[in-house]
Amino acid sequence: MRTDRRIDWDPLFRSLTLGGGLVLMLVVVAIFWELWQGSQLSLQKFGWSFLFTETWDPVSETFGAASTIYGTLLSTCIAMVLAVPLSLAIALFLVELAPPRLAAAVGAGIELLAAIPSIIYGMWGLFVFAPFMAEKVQPLLAKIPGPFFTGPPMGIGMLSAGIILALMILPFITSVTRDIFRMVPAVVKESAYGMGSTTWEVTRKVTIPYGIQGIVGACFLGLGRAIGETMAVTFVIGNRHEISASLFAAGNSIASTLANEFTEASEEIYLSSLVELGLVLFGLTLLLQLLAQWWLKRTRRRMGGGL
Amino acid sequence: MRGRSLAGRKLVDTLVRIASALAALLGLCVLGWILYVILSRGIGAINWEFFTELPAPPGMNGGGLANAIVGTLLITLLASLIGIPLGLLAGIYLAEFGGRSRLAESIRFCSNLLMGTPSIIVGVFVYGLIVVPLGDFSAWAGAIALAIIMLPVVARTTEEMLSLVPNSLREAALGLGTPRWRTTLQILFKAAGSGLVTGILLAVARVSGETAPLLFTALNSPFWFESLNEPIGNLTVTIFNYAMSPYADWQAKAWGASLLITLGVLGATLLARTTLWLRRK
Repeated sequence: MRTDRRIDWDPLFRSLTLGGGLVLMLVVVAIFWELWQGSQLSLQKFGWSFLFTETWDPVSETFGAASTIYGTLLSTCIAMVLAVPLSLAIALFLVELAPPRLAAAVGAGIELLAAIPSIIYGMWGLFVFAPFMAEKVQPLLAKIPGPFFTGPPMGIGMLSAGIILALMILPFITSVTRDIFRMVPAVVKESAYGMGSTTWEVTRKVTIPYGIQGIVGACFLGLGRAIGETMAVTFVIGNRHEISASLFAAGNSIASTLANEFTEASEEIYLSSLVELGLVLFGLTLLLQLLAQWWLKRTRRRMGGGL
Repeated sequence: MRGRSLAGRKLVDTLVRIASALAALLGLCVLGWILYVILSRGIGAINWEFFTELPAPPGMNGGGLANAIVGTLLITLLASLIGIPLGLLAGIYLAEFGGRSRLAESIRFCSNLLMGTPSIIVGVFVYGLIVVPLGDFSAWAGAIALAIIMLPVVARTTEEMLSLVPNSLREAALGLGTPRWRTTLQILFKAAGSGLVTGILLAVARVSGETAPLLFTALNSPFWFESLNEPIGNLTVTIFNYAMSPYADWQAKAWGASLLITLGVLGATLLARTTLWLRRK
């Protein structure tokens, strides 16, 4: 009998790969732990009132997250309101209306929007888009009565931040929605066309209801991205710790506050409050991710893979 | 459908068609607008000095961003050296060993969570983990932050690409007595090769344009670096600082740096996407 003197590397290989996987898990746990530890000071000093206090005053060392949470949610809301219908329309164009070659080219172009670094959106937003808003768009919007479009048209502010966020998440929602539209079985659509429906009727009454779960999942993913987006928002949101009803007003998001103030925070309680802001943001994105994954899992089961 | 006039239904349909075509056009216009602005404003700042000289002191004209260009390349390289092997290992585990086990599902779950974690949170995390204990911002800290962002992306692509390789190939290799590690690294990786490479390329392209995680880890520096344990100049943080500065010359340099980063990232992305696309054909 021949004795095999070669070492069996397989168990080692398997453990190594498992190690890679465990590092991944460890990182997630460590992020939470680190943020939790880092925000202890602020958690103890301010407690729950941290979440509801608007004051953010490094001089008197009083910190509250209300204005940044408001800014994060409002800018994300604006982004979703604009991006979801636009993405659906583009997906409709790519799947139902455009000839295949044009659809491929346009689809690639839209996906390139996702490849542009966030800081580039920021530069463009501050120097090109904000002036455009101030000169062309905001004077028009200001004619609409109500509290939302008041104040000086500065260009920067909540509205501009929301619009730029919308452009940034547009490619993500579009590409998932496009894939979902494509997954709707042709037979189902053809039967509706056969009854004499128009393209829009087929989309509204067959395609969208059929894929609604996946579309909602795509929106969750876009939402998760918008809520944590940092650089683009930091450039255009205006960096002011106040809550204002006007969309023209400057504001702040959690991510932009971190980007602007983290390296300036000299007092421990200041730094700790910033880390707690990070914890809140991490919690928010975690919640959204959990929702999105739970939802997508349900969808996958229903639509039978491919997502 | 319910008794609406044919003309009315057709009108609505036409309007929707026009609206959706306009939406697509709008997306493309924004892409064109951004690219045009970066090109037209950035090109003027690019010259020989831009690539070879250190930044000039605040308010003075001239100088370049040589240290930041090298810094960005170096941080991205270090991040890749850490992130890619770990990501590959995790991906192999998920595709080849983990299956549907509870542990594998938890790793998948964490990988999705990490993918959705804002990059600035990773910056705060690495600040607390490395910068505070070591007492200084450093190239290493920046590289680790970027590696953490790459990790789930590489792991997921690896798992996806490996699971596309037909099982018969695995069975054939294992049946011939090839050890598992050799089957994976030599046979499966070869079969999944171009997909893996493009996935990794996309991950590298993505992190090379990241700014937020570098703000509190690598920081920035106007000088050449002497070791990896000190703050290091990099393009994206330089763009952030220069764009917000009041000096016209610095703002021009920020546009130049934007052009450079955009060309790099878009170029790598396009390259990766065309290879994937050619492979699918």
